[in-house]
Amino acid sequence: MTALTVPARPKRDTSLRPVPWRRMAWVTWRQHRAALGGVAAFLGALAGYLWLTGLQMHHAEAASCHPAGSLGCAINFTGRYGESAIIVSIALQAVPALIGAFTGAPVLARELETGTFRYAWTQGIGRLRWTVGKLVPLAVAVTAMAGAFTVLFAWYNQPWAAAGYAVPFSARIFDLLGVAFAAWTLAAFAIGALAGMLIRRAVPAIAVTLAAYAGLAFATGLWLREHYITPLVTRSPNPPGSAWAVNGWYTKGGAFAFDDHGNGIASTVRQLCGGRCSGTRTSLEQLLGQHGYTHWTSYQPASRFWTFQWIEGGWLLALSVILILVTVWLVRRRAA
Amino acid sequence: MNVNIIETRGLGKRYGSTWALRECSLAVPAGHVAALVGPNGAGKTTLLNLAVGLAEPAAGTVTVLGGLAAGSPAALDGIAFVAQDTPVYKNLAAAEMLHLTRNLNRRFDQPYAEARLAELGIPLNRKAGKLSGGQRAQLALTLALARRPRLLVLDEPVAMLDPVARHDFMASVMTAMAAEGVSVVLSSHVLADLERVADYLIVLSRGRVQVAGEVDGLLASHRMLTGPTAEADRYAERPVVHVQRGGAQTHLLVRASADDPVPPGWEAHPVGLEELTLAYLREPGAGALPGPARAQNTQPSEVTR
Repeated sequence: MTALTVPARPKRDTSLRPVPWRRMAWVTWRQHRAALGGVAAFLGALAGYLWLTGLQMHHAEAASCHPAGSLGCAINFTGRYGESAIIVSIALQAVPALIGAFTGAPVLARELETGTFRYAWTQGIGRLRWTVGKLVPLAVAVTAMAGAFTVLFAWYNQPWAAAGYAVPFSARIFDLLGVAFAAWTLAAFAIGALAGMLIRRAVPAIAVTLAAYAGLAFATGLWLREHYITPLVTRSPNPPGSAWAVNGWYTKGGAFAFDDHGNGIASTVRQLCGGRCSGTRTSLEQLLGQHGYTHWTSYQPASRFWTFQWIEGGWLLALSVILILVTVWLVRRRAA
Repeated sequence: MNVNIIETRGLGKRYGSTWALRECSLAVPAGHVAALVGPNGAGKTTLLNLAVGLAEPAAGTVTVLGGLAAGSPAALDGIAFVAQDTPVYKNLAAAEMLHLTRNLNRRFDQPYAEARLAELGIPLNRKAGKLSGGQRAQLALTLALARRPRLLVLDEPVAMLDPVARHDFMASVMTAMAAEGVSVVLSSHVLADLERVADYLIVLSRGRVQVAGEVDGLLASHRMLTGPTAEADRYAERPVVHVQRGGAQTHLLVRASADDPVPPGWEAHPVGLEELTLAYLREPGAGALPGPARAQNTQPSEVTR
């Protein structure tokens, strides 16, 4: 809407019609299209690589791995592509962090760093709409791109899952599948936005975002995820199917052989062997079995995979929403 | 227009333990070019940030455009602010800055903005980061004016400009003021920049308002008396703002009108705006402020010495 003339005294109307969201959408697109394009190009290049190697893997698996575990499968599929598939899955762990940090951290940090917030936050749209109109579409865009990428990765990983190697619950695969990859990307974006607002400089904010993300991701993988649902327990050392074996321990008559950190193994073994064990080929498993110990294993069955995905996606979404709300609140109340 | 374009009551702002601005009570009537002057660190930027809603007061209140809360949607709609060093997005072309500003506001006079940039010889496809300091300031002013504000707030708009650009910029402000009746508040630590354009003066010093009033009224109510140094201390007819002693002669800046009697042996002269401002800045204890009840009255009503 343009107006060539303006009434000398606009009505003192506090219920002004606000600037429409779609105009803010143009602003966000214009100012962040390079970043979004960068993410698209980055994910596109990775997708191209996954597509090409994925096709070869699918062919090799189809040709050599029926039955699975044959020598041909070991030579033509596992042996040839195994190492690169592991490297790929490890390298992809960093992708949500990189996307989130490089798109999220500069949104506010760059404005504060260059002083342009004094332009942006004094326009008629107001800083609340400005901030929401930037953070929400950008968050949705990076999450959607990450989600699309996950679909391709799931296809790439299929032959490994079929051959029983990269089971969906394994630590290096779980957060690349389902909704977790997109949710982690969203969380990284939200951490970045808040870090940018607090630190006010883009480069340090990116560094802090990467560090915070790494801490959160490790803590989740090492301690948090296994507790989403109480694990099942079996009297077998090998839980069924492609379940996730969480922990194992031995008991006899209600007493533990040693605690679940392994403290006390040495003294238990010495006591059972009477000092004659060194040099024998007996395994711990056999030794404890001979003395009437039961081996217990706690595990998360493979059927819980999607439940775990939604739990992880859910709390990451909640965390991201909270971080973005805090960021918006900080923008509103920040004193120049 | 009979409203106060900026009105503050007991306004204060603190950064850490230091008050950048305190007990600031002002009522700037609409229809003026108000100059906000004071040394660096006097609180000029703080006051302007509070008025445009970039900062929250620690004490007191600030309203704009006749009673709107500073920073409220209605206030932001009617105020255009050009911050110090005229920040613009360096990677955007001038045309894109126009488009951006248009999208961020309810009103934007695109034809006016384009015509104005053409007149100034600023190419629309030039990146804002590649413009000279003067051109960038003019671009920022164009963006502000095209929003058709009722109040234009400029923080140190010419500090970084060379004398020619400085002159051109001020001429632009005056043209806009005359053509569109927009009220203007602009700050500078160099009074000479503002002397030609301002018809309302606010002097800030160490976070406090020292002088506020219409320029004509301030000039009419101050006189420079020149007389023998030996008799300087005996002058008591009118409040003395500032004493400048020489070997034989002393200059007294006094609160007196042209009708007030001049002691025998003394000569009275009218004062200039710069002289007056400097005298007050050298005497932080002195002040010339309108009384609260007569906020829109132009006659300063009290003097302390």
